[in-house]
Amino acid sequence: MKSLEELATIRERMQSQVILREGQAETRVVVGMGTCGIAAGARPVLNTLVEEVMNNDLFKKVTVSQNGCIGMCNFEPIVEVFGKDTDRVTYVKVTPEMAKEIVQKHLIGGTPIAEYTIEAVEK
Amino acid sequence: MRRHRKATVTCSFAEELIYDIAVKELSLNILDIVQNSIAAEADLVEITVTESEEALILSVKDNGYGMSEEILAAVQSPFFTTRTTRRVGMGIPLLKLEAEQTGGGIDIVSRQRNVCPDCCGTEIVARFNINHIDFTPLGDMIATIVTLMQGAPEVDYVFTHIKHDRSIVLDTRDMRLILGEDANLSDPMVLQWVKGMLMEQYA
Repeated sequence: MKSLEELATIRERMQSQVILREGQAETRVVVGMGTCGIAAGARPVLNTLVEEVMNNDLFKKVTVSQNGCIGMCNFEPIVEVFGKDTDRVTYVKVTPEMAKEIVQKHLIGGTPIAEYTIEAVEK
Repeated sequence: MRRHRKATVTCSFAEELIYDIAVKELSLNILDIVQNSIAAEADLVEITVTESEEALILSVKDNGYGMSEEILAAVQSPFFTTRTTRRVGMGIPLLKLEAEQTGGGIDIVSRQRNVCPDCCGTEIVARFNINHIDFTPLGDMIATIVTLMQGAPEVDYVFTHIKHDRSIVLDTRDMRLILGEDANLSDPMVLQWVKGMLMEQYA
């Protein structure tokens, strides 16, 4: 069994780094996890975002959180990106592959992917 | 050929949803159902899956504020929800549908906080006949547990999966003993550990 000792090591590492609370982050990424989001495939999208944020060492500036249904069920899975000084970007019908791309181009590169946004899809 | 009972739902998008979620995995229903426990201010959610040769029994038990008799009766209908953005609440009806289509069913017991502050909470038990052609496989429980911890890290989860003669267990209260009471269980390192720890148990 995965050792509890390992968990103690994690504890030390957690203590040495400042834990980012929501609201302090430069960028907030929010995934819709209502019934509609879950049914449309939000679970792997969320877990991909969490892993990619960790793998790319973005956890000091990016938080990933979940919310419920925002009333646009037919566009789920929905991922919203809130920058500190920029407008909200709403990505719709997101797949895990698209989520990886969002991390690379938007969160790391700083440029939103226009063709994945609700404005592009709704046209 | 799979046939889904759609008679209880009239709007087309909900039919699509039932189809979508019904053909995937039970672990998605579990993820969805536990959102109700979190919304009911539970700080402990016990998820127990018991598998035998014939049946899978799922129990989700929380210590949240519970439901009144009226709500308890209404909650199994797809036209009930506590949410305001959309009038259709699908979590429990979907679970019920999935259980009933295998010849099983669901039972819900609930005690309200204002009636019994120390014993309040809700338990949903769903029974499935696993040999039925319409049985939906359990799917990725590890992803469901990790997602729950990521979304509501302040809640404690006890997950037990009894599979024939062995059991897989995760109790976040034990983790807090080591990590400290104020530890954030949604920390990516912690989630990674949980994922690995459950994968080892399932291996």
